[in-house]
Amino acid sequence: MGIRFILMVNKQGQTRLAQYYEWLTLEERRALEGEIVRKCLARTEQQCSFVEHRNYKIVYRRYASLFFLVGVDNDENELAILEFIHLLVETMDRHFGNVCELDIMFHLEKAHFMLEEMVMNGSVVETSKANILTPIQLMDKAS
Amino acid sequence: MSGPSLMDSLFQRTLEDLIKGLRQQLIGEQAFISKALEEIRKEIKSTDLSTKSTALLKLSYLSSLHFHDMSFATFHALEVLSSPRFSHKRIAYHAISISFHDSTPVLLLITNHLRKDLSSTNEFEVSLSLQCLSRIANVDLARDLTPEIFTLLSSNKLYVRKKAVAVVLRVFEKYPESVRVCFKRLVENLENSDPQVLSAVVGVFCELASKDPISYLPLAPEFYKILVDSKNNWVLIKVLKIFAKLAPLEPRLAKRVVEPICDHMRRTGAKSLVFECVRTVVTSLIENDSAVRLAVGKVREFLVDEDPNLKYLGLQALSIVAPKHLWAVSENKEFVIKSLSDADPNIKIESLRLVMALVSEHNVAEISRVLVNYALKSDPDFCNEILGSILSTCSRNVYEIIVDFDWYVSLLGEMSRIPHCQKGEEIENQLIDIGMRVKDVRPELVCVSRDLLIDPALLGNSFLHRLLSAAAWVSGEYVEYSRNPLELMEALLQPRTSLLPPSITAIYIQSAFKVLVFCLLTYLMQRGSTASSMFPDNLPSAVSASVSYESFDDLSVENVVDATDTHGPTCTSASITNESIVNLLNLVELALGPLLGSHDVEIQERARNVLGFVDLTKLDLLNSSVQEENDSERKGAEASKTIELMHGAFSKELGPVSSSAQGKICLPDGLMLKENLGDLEMICGDIDQPSSNSFSFGSPYEEKGGVSFSNLQIKENSRQSNESTSLLAEHRKRHGLYYLPSGKSEMISNDYPPANDPMLLGNINDNADDLVKLTEESLTPKRKPNHAKPRPVVVKLDEVDEKPESKEDSLSGAVHDVLFGSEDIVPTSSQSNLSDMPSSKRKGKEKQHTDSHVESKENLVDHGNPSSRRRKHHSHGKERRHRSPRKKNAEERKDNGQKLKEKSSHRHGMHKSGQRAEEPFNFSVQTPVIPDFLL
Repeated sequence: MGIRFILMVNKQGQTRLAQYYEWLTLEERRALEGEIVRKCLARTEQQCSFVEHRNYKIVYRRYASLFFLVGVDNDENELAILEFIHLLVETMDRHFGNVCELDIMFHLEKAHFMLEEMVMNGSVVETSKANILTPIQLMDKAS
Repeated sequence: MSGPSLMDSLFQRTLEDLIKGLRQQLIGEQAFISKALEEIRKEIKSTDLSTKSTALLKLSYLSSLHFHDMSFATFHALEVLSSPRFSHKRIAYHAISISFHDSTPVLLLITNHLRKDLSSTNEFEVSLSLQCLSRIANVDLARDLTPEIFTLLSSNKLYVRKKAVAVVLRVFEKYPESVRVCFKRLVENLENSDPQVLSAVVGVFCELASKDPISYLPLAPEFYKILVDSKNNWVLIKVLKIFAKLAPLEPRLAKRVVEPICDHMRRTGAKSLVFECVRTVVTSLIENDSAVRLAVGKVREFLVDEDPNLKYLGLQALSIVAPKHLWAVSENKEFVIKSLSDADPNIKIESLRLVMALVSEHNVAEISRVLVNYALKSDPDFCNEILGSILSTCSRNVYEIIVDFDWYVSLLGEMSRIPHCQKGEEIENQLIDIGMRVKDVRPELVCVSRDLLIDPALLGNSFLHRLLSAAAWVSGEYVEYSRNPLELMEALLQPRTSLLPPSITAIYIQSAFKVLVFCLLTYLMQRGSTASSMFPDNLPSAVSASVSYESFDDLSVENVVDATDTHGPTCTSASITNESIVNLLNLVELALGPLLGSHDVEIQERARNVLGFVDLTKLDLLNSSVQEENDSERKGAEASKTIELMHGAFSKELGPVSSSAQGKICLPDGLMLKENLGDLEMICGDIDQPSSNSFSFGSPYEEKGGVSFSNLQIKENSRQSNESTSLLAEHRKRHGLYYLPSGKSEMISNDYPPANDPMLLGNINDNADDLVKLTEESLTPKRKPNHAKPRPVVVKLDEVDEKPESKEDSLSGAVHDVLFGSEDIVPTSSQSNLSDMPSSKRKGKEKQHTDSHVESKENLVDHGNPSSRRRKHHSHGKERRHRSPRKKNAEERKDNGQKLKEKSSHRHGMHKSGQRAEEPFNFSVQTPVIPDFLL
């Protein structure tokens, strides 16, 4: 399993989206998110985007006020994960139009849906923005 | 409690209301959430599915972002799942995938829902249930839904097919039997031209291959095709990962893939793909020089890039290459060393690792010097990181790379004075270890220890206490090499030792005891020899320690006169005078007296020992000066006898003892060691064997006798009294009472400066450029002239050292036997199953080229005809390795573990898949072989 979890966290350290690809209890998740957020948010722009934490490698990138943090296995390709984060942001941008933290807050289920189109079982399965967004647009039309 | 009324449903808050409320609440987040949860608990019991699903949606939100338990709603989630409306289903599936896990009680109830949705005509419903299955599937779900997955694997809707492919990974993991059913179709998808499906299926194989690469070797041609043809970087990266696993297993394959990988590396503009190629080359194709050279070239591009990410990855790649191709690191050493001062601690640590990889016998001194200076200026974390890596590198393989131990010991001393140093424990171990292993370094070791002990500022740093205990032990044990034992005594008994923890104070007292005995004995000897030099005819009696004291009075006077000019840190024997002995004994009494009341048993007892000894000898030694000659002679002889005895007790040398030494002791007759302890083995079995170069005190190292005074080794080049002496002097001034009188004049009057003020150390390279320059020089592998000095003997317990290793091997071998049975080829059941399939597929494929699809059809349709299949297999038999019956048994045994309980229901309920699952048992008579796809 390449990707273990995906987090979106704002500058204040509040989690805005959390998607796990392995089962963790609430307590484990709370501890993990706390540690990671503390570690990553303290880093500066000049530092690299990779942090080792426990047995994960965290690849993160900041977009405006939101941090995108992806926990991966140790032999995952860090640069590819950065590209994946970028793809995710672009996809959301295309859907919401100039995406911001509030879009994700109020349309959490859509953000989840996009993630589910892109990642299954911890590996990236879809990388075309059009393919990712087609089902969600259909659903929007239907409802 | 009654269900919610109609009004409740009408005025139910939506998720949006909840989120807005959370942002605007005035009653505190926790209070607001618990109120909302209360509402949710009510609403979720509603019979109206809309109300229920909204409640579930809100609950999922709170659970996912605010960590609130939603296990109470698992059954409600199932109810919402049964709704015919897609939007409800979506909510339910999301809730289920975040809240269900293997031990959720209602998990069994979901099977039929999933099955229904998996065979739905609405592809989005199918996709929802596949996604859900990929998150929650357990053994039962995986088993029961295998037929549906199998069907979906060849669905003509690509959207569904790609998700079915992705879910297969989880199903295989949970229910290995399903491999027999689905593997074929999975492999067929590998040839699918659709990029969506291809990316999913490659992802699955990448994961499978990372766990058990050997089973997937037969698929190499397919992967190779993708490697050459695919234009999708995501897919290429995954395929490269697969090859990184496969290439080491099959040298011919490695040769074959090098070219396309290098092509990709040269052509592509995507950094991620370049990096993956580099990583594949440096991990798996390390033998191929031209590829490694190309990869290192790319790494260089990364290193010079502005982007810290690329820099970090470049350094990481270098550290993978380093063990096999050190030239790659030395070619890039300027970057590596420059990165030591990077803004990012992660990059700094990576570059530190690389610098340490460059260390060799020739440059260890220079590199360490540079790094220690650098550590002085670094932040505490990185400082300790540096110190830790110097310590571990230098002590590797029993100090393999150290030639000049004097230098290393003084480096240890210097390191412990770095203000942030927290490596006291490690330095402690090394000081003692070196003391015992390297005889030639002891004078320097004592010298370094003295400098550490004498510095009152070090006592304030609790991280260094362990280190001070080592210094105290060394100076007591090897006191005969000391230039000035009296000074040592002062250092050991200085008032600030009260800052030490009791266990270490005890070591101080014990060392003080040894020093005291040594001083007294030296004094006696000296008196004897002076006497004998004055009375040459007395020579024989003077050589033995039982000296005659005829001219005691004259002697002492002379010595006092002497003392005025011989005082100070010069030769030992000259400085011990009658007066100084009196002072010494007074000092001991003064310092240890209060400790008699200590609450710590160890301290109390040792202090009492020392004081008792002082009592015993003091009277005799000192009174003799005022009594008549013949009386003093007798008494003095008595005292000196005691002193000699004590010295004899201390002069047994301790040597390193291998931790496996006990194994060499043969078993005495009649001792039944294993009789009652057999059970213990199970408990202790998992405790690791200590590493071979660890040592323990306790048993004396017999072959060297006590060190006699005649070969007292005293370093002649008297060292200038340094900073720390002046610190002590300053302390002495303030607490004069506790010190021996001294003739020296002191002038420094400051409070303790920090142990090692970076400013004071002059000559620190202030920027990284200097650092680079310095190391540049040191990294050039030149033979250093000052290595003319031969490397001292380092005591290694070679023959013993090997022992634990082999023992460990047999131990792990035994564990391996127990755990894995006899299978070293077949690590787990799932893998052994998997290993069948590729070969069957392989065979199918080979036939495909000639007989079209006959064989594969047969496998699917004609499962009642084993004999014809077997015949076919025999025709391919020559390509197969024969599976030994043992291996098959092991496989079956393992399978049974998982299967037993499932099998009964499975075989009856799931006739179709059960039948199919039996097929591979016919296969398993033969074995998978790696067909020679490369030739």
